[in-house]
Amino acid sequence: MNGFLMTNAPALLIMLPLIGAFVTPFIGRISPRVRSAWVILIMTLTTLTALLLASDVFLNGTQIYVFGAADPDLAIPPDSGGIPIRIIFTVDAMSALMQVIGAITGFAVLLYSISADRIHSGLESFYTLFLLMIAGIMGMVSTGDLFNFFVFLEILSISSAGLIAYRIDGGLAVEAALKYFVLSTIGAMVILIGIGIYYGEYNALNIAVIASRMQFTLLDQIALVLIIAALAMKCGSVPMHFWTPDAYSMAPSSITAMLVVASQASLYGLFRVVFTLYNVTLNAMTVGWIIIILGVLSMVVGVTMAIPQKNVKRLMAYHAISQTGYMLLGVGVGLAVLGNQPLMESFGYIAMEGGIFHIINHAMYKGLLFLTAGAIFFRIGTYNLNKMGGLGHSMKYTMIFFIIGALAIAGIPPLNGFASKLMIYESVFAFNPVLAVIAMVVSILTLASFVKVFHSIFMGPKLPEYETVQEAPVPMLIGMGVLAAIVILFGLFPQSVVNGLIAPAAHALADQSGYIAAVLGGA
Amino acid sequence: MRMSKLVRTGADLLYPFALIFGLYIILHGHLTPGGGFQGGAVVATGAAIVIVAWAYEDVAGMIRKVTMKAQESAGLLLFIGTAALALGLGYAFFTNVLANSGSLFGLSVPFGPNPGELNTAGVIPIMNIAVGIEVWGGLTVILLYLLSGLKKEEGS
Repeated sequence: MNGFLMTNAPALLIMLPLIGAFVTPFIGRISPRVRSAWVILIMTLTTLTALLLASDVFLNGTQIYVFGAADPDLAIPPDSGGIPIRIIFTVDAMSALMQVIGAITGFAVLLYSISADRIHSGLESFYTLFLLMIAGIMGMVSTGDLFNFFVFLEILSISSAGLIAYRIDGGLAVEAALKYFVLSTIGAMVILIGIGIYYGEYNALNIAVIASRMQFTLLDQIALVLIIAALAMKCGSVPMHFWTPDAYSMAPSSITAMLVVASQASLYGLFRVVFTLYNVTLNAMTVGWIIIILGVLSMVVGVTMAIPQKNVKRLMAYHAISQTGYMLLGVGVGLAVLGNQPLMESFGYIAMEGGIFHIINHAMYKGLLFLTAGAIFFRIGTYNLNKMGGLGHSMKYTMIFFIIGALAIAGIPPLNGFASKLMIYESVFAFNPVLAVIAMVVSILTLASFVKVFHSIFMGPKLPEYETVQEAPVPMLIGMGVLAAIVILFGLFPQSVVNGLIAPAAHALADQSGYIAAVLGGA
Repeated sequence: MRMSKLVRTGADLLYPFALIFGLYIILHGHLTPGGGFQGGAVVATGAAIVIVAWAYEDVAGMIRKVTMKAQESAGLLLFIGTAALALGLGYAFFTNVLANSGSLFGLSVPFGPNPGELNTAGVIPIMNIAVGIEVWGGLTVILLYLLSGLKKEEGS
């Protein structure tokens, strides 16, 4: 039984949410309680599978899973002439890390959502789309096939668009969803053109095969530009960030927390293409600097746009853009010195680890912050900062969770944001001191902005209109508590997290030959 | 808004043909061009003809949203269930376990020119049927929602 689970974990990771999603409409007809139990059961099983697979990958190295083959490990059929012809999932340490992020955030968000979205109608469709979103994220980060990546990206975009429009809200949410959907579709089509170029040039869709044949011709450069532009748009990087505040602020808060993870799955795709598909064949310094500039722009524009916002979720959405900038900066510095082993050893790997560590940290604390914003909306029915005040008297636990999230995003020790930001500051300083200074200034502005938000939501005397406001319901607090506990734990023991999870992921990302060898064998 | 009696009768006559043609494309998906998606779309077109010729209220009782939604989910479940069947039998996810097995859809493909052996290709026809059921339901639901917004003409 254990062997069965170990062998088939990559397939189960998308099979469980898909089966769960399609059964939900039928089970939802029995009773809402049964439906909630079913969705939680499916999500628990998915999370356990992801953790099991991750432990296997971190212990035994990259796992592959070949769909439709007689044996899941048989990447190259004997009569195919040495080419993998089937759809392959290639789960290396980086994929496993992203799966863990998706599973843990999904689980916490689901617990929160069961209670927060209870009063709404159409919940069968809500949870069907939620589970499809999980399947899309899991597929995107696991797949070893570019066309398959596009398919899962579309599954994710369509289900996200449906969920953003879920609270129609006088048409505002529908408008945000339409904007998201149109941009996602354009982005996906641009990616498809890039994939078509690879297919025409190298006669393959498998990432490992294309990587092993990569020549970096003019066509490859065009494809690289198309894919970087589209995925940078999908992860909400400036100057393609304009869909983010609308979509993040109009979606239900539980979905906003998942959209953060969805953006990071696109970020993963960007890193995968740059590091695994091209690696040293591209002009690492130029492309690295492009990603660094995208990152710096996102950091600065995101935080300066966040400061004047009145809507708490729009404000947090701009901070999400700004934090995405840190990830791009860290990994961009790693890319810029790729291929130069001494520089890579002295600060390149640390920069990449900082950027990747920031991905998991950001998913946790930003998810937590969006959930606290949702809990406040659940009780007082507004996101407008000017109408809030004095809620610290009645919503004590929500306030504590907000403080944890706000201090973590500002990079205050001993929370997890500090750990990853310190790694980014140190390594980026060694690369270019100006970038490190910008990163620190952005951090200070983030802190200033969150002090303002904290003051206007929680401080001050109790307002008469919120006299009867109560603490958020317990399941919502549990969902937030799971994320808050991870924020604190990662902040207290950053070294073991980095050594155990992050460093293997960073090395797996930089190690192109290892990825190719896992699929094609030998080499 | 109803169309003239001529159009309505024409639509009634066309509906079974659209249905049969769609089902033919679904069932022969593994032999001829087309397949589950195309066939399901053709079947849904039949529903579109009837809704346009009659009024939404006339059709809503016969082609119901609840049934079509259930059909959509059932088709998807059949698809993923067929894929998961291979896992239960000890193969990889999506393995074609029925091909050349001699049971349902399990004959081997005959050599040379032939009129097309329907009983071949293993799980592929089953997945075509699943996709056909799903697209039939899904597209019909979309049509019903789109056309339910049509207002009756003033004074009619």
